Amino acid sequence: MSISVKGITKHFGKFTALDNVSLEVPNGQLTALLGPSGSGKTTLLRIIAGLETPDDGTVMSYDQDVTGSSPQDRQVGFVFQHYALFRHMSVFDNVAFGMQVRKKPKDEVRDRVMELLRLVRLEGLERRFPSQLSGGQRQRVALARALAVQPKVLLLDEPFGALDAKVRQELRQWLRRLHDEIHLTSVFVTHDQEEAFEVADQVVVMRGGQIEQAGTPQQVFEHPANPFVMDFLGQVNVFHGRVEDGRAVVGGLEFAYPDYTGVESRNASVYVRPHELDLDNVPFATTHLRARILHINPMGSMARVQLQAEELDFLLHVDVSHERCRELMLAPESKVYVAPKRLRVFIPDFSI
Amino acid sequence: MMPQKSTVASSTARHAASREDPVWVRVLLIGLAFLVIGVLIVIPVANVFYQAFRGGAGVYWKNLVSDPDTRHSIFLTLTVAPVAVALNVVFGVAAAWLITRFKFPGRTFLTTLLDLPFAISPVVAGLMFMLMFGLQGYMGPWLRDHGIKIVFAYPGLVLVTAFVTMPFIARELIPVMDAIGSDEEIAAVSLGANGWQTFWRITIPNIKWGLLYGVILCNARAMGEFGAVHVVSGHISGQTDTMPLRVEKLFQEYNNPGSFAVASVLTALAIVTLFLKIWLEHKTSHELAEARDVGVT
Repeated sequence: MSISVKGITKHFGKFTALDNVSLEVPNGQLTALLGPSGSGKTTLLRIIAGLETPDDGTVMSYDQDVTGSSPQDRQVGFVFQHYALFRHMSVFDNVAFGMQVRKKPKDEVRDRVMELLRLVRLEGLERRFPSQLSGGQRQRVALARALAVQPKVLLLDEPFGALDAKVRQELRQWLRRLHDEIHLTSVFVTHDQEEAFEVADQVVVMRGGQIEQAGTPQQVFEHPANPFVMDFLGQVNVFHGRVEDGRAVVGGLEFAYPDYTGVESRNASVYVRPHELDLDNVPFATTHLRARILHINPMGSMARVQLQAEELDFLLHVDVSHERCRELMLAPESKVYVAPKRLRVFIPDFSI
Repeated sequence: MMPQKSTVASSTARHAASREDPVWVRVLLIGLAFLVIGVLIVIPVANVFYQAFRGGAGVYWKNLVSDPDTRHSIFLTLTVAPVAVALNVVFGVAAAWLITRFKFPGRTFLTTLLDLPFAISPVVAGLMFMLMFGLQGYMGPWLRDHGIKIVFAYPGLVLVTAFVTMPFIARELIPVMDAIGSDEEIAAVSLGANGWQTFWRITIPNIKWGLLYGVILCNARAMGEFGAVHVVSGHISGQTDTMPLRVEKLFQEYNNPGSFAVASVLTALAIVTLFLKIWLEHKTSHELAEARDVGVT
């Protein structure tokens, strides 16, 4: 393991930013720390970098305890959310800074800077100043500057947070390609689940100073560990009901739920993603409910249909392909049948 | 509906009226402003130069350089002010660094204390140093026994000058350093720079115009300081008389041409400071604007 943290706790006054967090960062992979603001993800990143000291716990880098070492000794590259470029220095001097303070020979510095600027596609801009660059270019200078010190680990704090949507999209695909090229162990912080899923090999979902779940994007998305992760990773329909004897019951509807075999009835919530619901004009053979269409919003490749469930009196969101939408001739006020293709049940205070 | 309409109409009418004041009112007001500035500022300042040059350039030059006591006063001011300014550069940068980069109890109180030398009358400031280091003061006898002269000597002049000009640099730097933030410094540390390298290569270049602005103001005040220096100098001609003290002494001795000649040098310094100030204000506002532009986009 390149980086592993054990039992990290950090308080800021009375606020607990991190509460006994342990995490292993796999070698050569791109890991995303994903969570809402205040979840402790940036604090964890800064502790790994040595920019903050934990109150408790250890940080290991390649099997060495670096908990007390300064950022200089850790060989990490850090990319700041607002880039923090040196405004009075040219692009060249920004990238060269880390090598210059280490007193590297001039020729070596120049060659490496030029190589890095080619890597981040900024050749020819080395004499510009940060104020003369676009947001995306500044971000790439910050990246080149962090890579210049040949770090063992690259840490990025909300690397695309300050960019507009289109540039962000381009840059994250580019970052993924760059990572595939140089295979540097990297950790980045984001609050955008789409970004985490698109770029990362491993996603770590955080909340309230704790890790809720860690795994590949697919694992986390397909098998969310708890309602929070499910909810945070995208829109979801939540039905409150009960589980008993291998069944989940919501209102008058019953679904098979073999995971819970207890006879005792318990409160439970059923979570279904919009794309996991099926729509049809005729009743399904399986458990289904009747609903009335309220809105149809086109969203890229899909249409999101908002429905009012008739028996249960709540709102539903269903994603349908545009084709299927035309086939069924869906329109506001029309009546349809809805059935889940797949669902997840979370039982509060229940562990198997 | 109707009453509303009429209020709108009358307010626009009033608005228009304020922009179309009769010509004589405008001329009168503008003329009055120029008159006040002329009588209170321009004429007295111009008169300093008129009085100084009344006997011609040759006499003016002779007044400045032929009198050894006057020569010494110029020399003394040119040696006291830079040392006081240098002390305040070190102190001001350190204080601004402390206040903008660290959070600690008593931070606001310290910021307030920084302004104290501005609030205290310079004469009182001078007396404070007399009571500390003078023969009747707490440390006087000990200093005398060890042969150290502070009051009525060069160290005392530097000390009081540094005291009364202390806030200039720190006050100028605090808003600049606040606006710039510590992001670049943290970035430098993350890239392997030590504290000293970070300070010289990142902090100082970022605050240079603000710092220079503070130095200019501090220097102008240091050279022109009268009250505090008056108390601790002891007025020894050719030894502890700075330029402002020399101006007063020559004036008391009815040597008006000599007095005005020295005064004209101080006034010229003030005018130069004024232009430097305008130029640097532009530079520092640029520094701040860039902090906003690059720092938080």
